[in-house]
Amino acid sequence: MSDASQIAVNGFMPAPAVAAAPAATAADTVARPAATPVKILARDVNVFYGEKHALKHVDLDVRRNEVTALIGPSGCGKSTFLRCMNRMNDVIDSCRVTGSITLDGTDVYDPSLDVVQLRARVGMVFQKPNPFPKSIYENVAYGPRIHGIARSKAELDEIVRRSLTRAGLLKEVHDRLDQPGTGLSGGQQQRLCIARAIAVNPEVILMDEPCSALDPIATARIEELIDELRENFTIVIVTHSMQQAARVSQRTAFFHLGDLVEVGDTEQIFTNPSDSRTQGYITGRFG
Amino acid sequence: MVEQHIVKQFDEELDEMRALIAQMGGLVEQQMANAISAIGRRDDALAKRCQEADVEIDRMEDKVEALTLRMLALRQPVALDLRAILAALRIAHDLERMGDYATNVAKRASALAQLHEVGPINGIVRMGRLTHAVIKDVLDAYTEPNVDKAVVAWNRDQEIDQMYTSLFRELLTYMMEDPRNITPCAHLLFVAKNIERIGDHATNIAETLYFQEKGTRLQGLRPKGDRTSYAVVEPPEADATS
Repeated sequence: MSDASQIAVNGFMPAPAVAAAPAATAADTVARPAATPVKILARDVNVFYGEKHALKHVDLDVRRNEVTALIGPSGCGKSTFLRCMNRMNDVIDSCRVTGSITLDGTDVYDPSLDVVQLRARVGMVFQKPNPFPKSIYENVAYGPRIHGIARSKAELDEIVRRSLTRAGLLKEVHDRLDQPGTGLSGGQQQRLCIARAIAVNPEVILMDEPCSALDPIATARIEELIDELRENFTIVIVTHSMQQAARVSQRTAFFHLGDLVEVGDTEQIFTNPSDSRTQGYITGRFG
Repeated sequence: MVEQHIVKQFDEELDEMRALIAQMGGLVEQQMANAISAIGRRDDALAKRCQEADVEIDRMEDKVEALTLRMLALRQPVALDLRAILAALRIAHDLERMGDYATNVAKRASALAQLHEVGPINGIVRMGRLTHAVIKDVLDAYTEPNVDKAVVAWNRDQEIDQMYTSLFRELLTYMMEDPRNITPCAHLLFVAKNIERIGDHATNIAETLYFQEKGTRLQGLRPKGDRTSYAVVEPPEADATS
């Protein structure tokens, strides 16, 4: 199948060559003033749920090794956009996505792309901790096992241990790895889910309100963890807490009624936003 | 005008904060006017009243500090709200300093009232009135709020500085002319210096207001007309061109 026929079949715009080529075109330079390399490049992304136009012409660059926060009132399209990045919207029948999203230059919506492989590269952590009803060890080992990442039991043990360490959980659970994951506290369960997500060595971690079911201490632990994970991963987080967006992210994107209203350095968004809608939302003037 | 907050109490607190600054500004303006009158009229009684009034300005600064602290802790303000609160805190500090300088002018007015009259008093009064006008404009700009007005006032600080420079020279000649003038002229020199500092704080307020409204710093060189640091000697090259 040629590239052209793929585009025709899929109905997408051709993936911009800029993401593949290190030399940026003029248009790309405008959209990306800083030199930080772009991990995920979204251009003119539209999402429809049946007739409803849920996301409108979104252009967004997600930079490598940075935390990008998506904020906005309920129903603004931020979660929808997050779910586009690892094709979680595929499971919704009425959902239709147009435009282009590329991950290091690879078209995410390429029909020949293995979605399971994509989701291994772009992991996800959800609002409510959802450990498998298995042991702590099995929760983390599951991904590497199905992806055939570990060649031996020893290697798998090492992956589980390393993932739990990176998620800041090993100290608390090292003596009960065979206990069910569901027996942990909410904050621990969420960190277990993060350990599970990073066990398959993803490049990007998507987080959909990862702290909204947690108490402030557990939230602080996750936020600290997010900051540490940034060294090795690119993170996109949807959050309803603007203070959280301000605390953990380097870049913030504000969505409203399906539009990406403004994206910029977090500091700029929270001290001097350029759009009056952003200003209104973050200062608590409308919601 | 920006929309109201969903939490009405926050708006009420912000209004209260702005009212406090306006009130405090009014007191400083009054303080300044009285201090200058006391100099011009050699009015010791007015000068004394003026010195006593400073306590109230300090009290107002405490109130602004307490209110802004509370808002920062309880409301976690961002963007324009955050800038407005930081601005109020800084402006209250500037006003407090201005009040102190005006009080110092009043103290010297008391001293001057007991000494013989010297020529440049009128010059000092003119400089004081000009500074008073700048303060008034800056405070009006804050209440409206009107950035353009603040920038105009900001630029007028140069006039104050120039007046200060020429007063400085004038006072020197008086002192050289007759040593008996030295005591009153030395007082007047400090009065002029205090007024000049008041003007500088007024420009700070204009800059703060600019930041509050625009979120960026006021661009361009800060107006500087004060050459007294180099009076009677040649200023270094670099400074002469700035």
